[in-house]
Amino acid sequence: MSGRKFGEVILDLKNISLSFGGVKALQDISFDVLEHEVRAIIGPNGAGKSSMLNVINGVYRPQQGEIILRGEHFANMNSYMAAKAGLARTFQNIALFKGMSVLDNIMTGRNLKMKANMLQQAFWFGPAQREELEHRLKVEEIIDFLEIQHIRKTPVGRLPYGLQKRVDLARALAMEPQILLLDEPMAGMNVEEKQDMCRFILDVNDQFGTTVVLIEHDMGVVMDISDRVVVLDYGKKIGDGTPDEVRANPDVISAYLGASH
Amino acid sequence: MFYRENGQFKTSYQADQQLFSIPQDRWAILAIIAFAFFGVPLLVDEYLFRAILIPFLILSLAALGVNILVGYCGQITLGAGASMAVGAYAAYNFLIRISGMPALGAILLGGLVAAAAGIVFGAPSLRVRGLYLAVATLAAQFFWDWAFLRIKWFTNNASSGSVSVADINLMGWTISSPVDKYYFCLGVLVVFSLMAKNLVRGNMGRQWMAIRDMDVAATVIGIRPMYAKLTAFAVSSFYLGVAGALWGMINLGSWEPAAFSIDRSFSLLFMVIIGGMGAISGSFFGAAFIVILPIFLNQMLPLLGGLLGLEVSIALVSHVEIMVFGALIIFFLIVEPHGIARLWATGREKMRLWPFPH
Amino acid sequence: MAFFLETLLGGLMSGMLYSLVALGFVLIYKASGVFNFAQGAMVLFAALSMARFSEWIPQWLGMDNLFIANVLAFAVSVAIMFVVAWLIERLVLRHLVNQEGATLLMATLGIAYFLDGVGQTIFGSDIYKIDVGMPKDPVMMLESVFEGGILINKEDFIAALISALLVVALTIFFQKTSTGRALRAVADDHQAAQSIGIPLGRIWVIVWCVAGITALVAGIIWGSKLGAQFSLSTVALRALPVVILGGLTSVPGAILGGLIIGVGEKLSEVFLGPYVGGGIEIWFAYMLALVFLLFRPQGLFGEKIIDRV
Repeated sequence: MSGRKFGEVILDLKNISLSFGGVKALQDISFDVLEHEVRAIIGPNGAGKSSMLNVINGVYRPQQGEIILRGEHFANMNSYMAAKAGLARTFQNIALFKGMSVLDNIMTGRNLKMKANMLQQAFWFGPAQREELEHRLKVEEIIDFLEIQHIRKTPVGRLPYGLQKRVDLARALAMEPQILLLDEPMAGMNVEEKQDMCRFILDVNDQFGTTVVLIEHDMGVVMDISDRVVVLDYGKKIGDGTPDEVRANPDVISAYLGASH
Repeated sequence: MFYRENGQFKTSYQADQQLFSIPQDRWAILAIIAFAFFGVPLLVDEYLFRAILIPFLILSLAALGVNILVGYCGQITLGAGASMAVGAYAAYNFLIRISGMPALGAILLGGLVAAAAGIVFGAPSLRVRGLYLAVATLAAQFFWDWAFLRIKWFTNNASSGSVSVADINLMGWTISSPVDKYYFCLGVLVVFSLMAKNLVRGNMGRQWMAIRDMDVAATVIGIRPMYAKLTAFAVSSFYLGVAGALWGMINLGSWEPAAFSIDRSFSLLFMVIIGGMGAISGSFFGAAFIVILPIFLNQMLPLLGGLLGLEVSIALVSHVEIMVFGALIIFFLIVEPHGIARLWATGREKMRLWPFPH
Repeated sequence: MAFFLETLLGGLMSGMLYSLVALGFVLIYKASGVFNFAQGAMVLFAALSMARFSEWIPQWLGMDNLFIANVLAFAVSVAIMFVVAWLIERLVLRHLVNQEGATLLMATLGIAYFLDGVGQTIFGSDIYKIDVGMPKDPVMMLESVFEGGILINKEDFIAALISALLVVALTIFFQKTSTGRALRAVADDHQAAQSIGIPLGRIWVIVWCVAGITALVAGIIWGSKLGAQFSLSTVALRALPVVILGGLTSVPGAILGGLIIGVGEKLSEVFLGPYVGGGIEIWFAYMLALVFLLFRPQGLFGEKIIDRV
């Protein structure tokens, strides 16, 4: 992973606390993400990883803390603002639009960039038709990139799990995000599918310069592909650094492997 | 001729994005429209126009409206009849209060008023969903039922909300005979169907379906639920409003609020379930089914009763009718939730392969 | 003041009946996630059955005792409602397990239509009398407190009393018996309940039976007041806002919601109605529920739902 150039801090999270009723999901968590890096969030089950991701893209509102995105302060991030600001994400339990084809699913990722009004769309003239074609071209690039040409017109409900995950990623990429949040992109996959997914993630990072924040359970994968790792446990941050640093951190070892070491 | 698409290659995305990208479909649709315009009037008598064809065309339009909201955007409504009522009475008011108002203008304005009302009563969908939303739309139904019955201004002081309009004049064409009415409704329906088809295949339709299928994921990719849901309510109510105006002014001529009662709302919902949720063609199948079934039962049951030596009263026929509707709803929900449209699509798939099984 | 109290009491008493119908909704919703639109059709069906059997049984048996006829008709109607419940579970719900709420709602609409059709085919579609000996005469109360006292309809009073008793009995049934416990377990989590061996199908049949009984009682009360006729099926539509107000999953909510709507309807009709042309009862309750929904989508006592991603 050497020789890669990181930019400035693109995303800075400060003192984030989130609770549901009495349950403290996140307690005073701060970390930053540099432009172009692959940043992983790891931790045992229930550590608050998904909550963290949900806070970043505005699905949950933290009670405390602030999100600074490219120098801009967001006290109250919501999903729409996050999407506009260039954040895209995938979901742990694939959240595709079941009733639609693969192509349509990916096209929805372009919705923020389409400007034709309803009347133009109703009569399919002028900007509406032009736009549909332009964005189709872009979407086809992504389809090529993720090697899913053959299932373009298939309803996503009929696809096997691994391919659904890929379509989920394609939809996020269609947004041309600056930061890509991946919630367990490799959960439930076999070795081969995992390798494919790793390759796609690294390619996205390399070719488009997209910053990647990911949650993953497979430690081998995490250590291989990420530049820096945050470790959460019971809603608290217990480690932060390069994979090697994290691996050597005693708190992390005990959280992950139990106290027996 | 075989229904085949192999050997047809598309060389541009434009060709792939056509309204009906398979040539056979395109020709079939054109043939149906041509037949509807030129063939039907030669073959059909006045009774069929009045009893079947005109109601079918107008209810298809209404079912399209319900389908956009329920089938495409996933928001349940039990107040579709109310939107039709708003459209009908608004069009009536535009027609009688503004002198020189062209009929078509009044009908479209009626649709727009219905759209506005739809947005107001659709607003709860931002906070509540599913069952609660169904109840919220019922509120609209009961409110408008009451308003057109009791608020005299809406009905130009007519007693119990009963109003009537003279024959409609469209740029010199007086629409009075059943054939005229048929042509007028058919014209409106063709244009509105194309618009609906375009909307659902484009960005708007994708946003609606995204909200329907997985609203959290939709917001994460930047779709605003408020915008998507309220546009669905608006477009749906617009269609229903126009359909209501046609129903009142063209089909009935004179009407009262009961023409758009809660039973109308239910039957529109049934059309969409039976015809096919989330399929434009489903609206036509459903409307045809609901229009034809009662007539069919009316003809068949007395015959059947005659064979068995039983007397079949009109009341019995109407009871059997609602029984059959009820049973069919359950049947379709269990066996084929996507309705006749899906059965049709499956049939077409089979046809592509015929005569080989795979 | 006396007039106000009279209206208030009238509202409370009709509200108790709403509570009873609403309770039917809540029980089924809790146990199976089904929003039972057919509750009204069940009220009509039960009332028709009661009315016609109390008329037919004396004819068949050639006797002339109103009391026995009523008891027998009641027993037969209970049995019929049980069969209906069993058939609904067997033929409809069983095939729609794990479907979305909206689909189930539409299915119950189908059931409602079917029951309306069947009921009127079998029992006829006229207005039939249900005579269970409810007193029809009004009484004066609190004459010492107010000038002229306040007028109370005895029939309403007894009806409210019966409803209240039934509501209490059902609450006890669900809190104290093992079936009640099983039902609450199912309400909490279908799968967990099933995994510890609670038979889901049987619980559903029981709940629908109970809903059938509440429908029967409501049908008898309303039927003896208005006659068993088609308009009874709209009674459930009047009770819908009650459930929304009270929260779909809450028994106390259904009771309180019923009282609020009952009182609200009467007061609005009497004090607001004259200004806007009358007849506002039917939508006023809905508007009340709607406004309420906007501020508290889960109802008075309903559970708040947190979306998980």
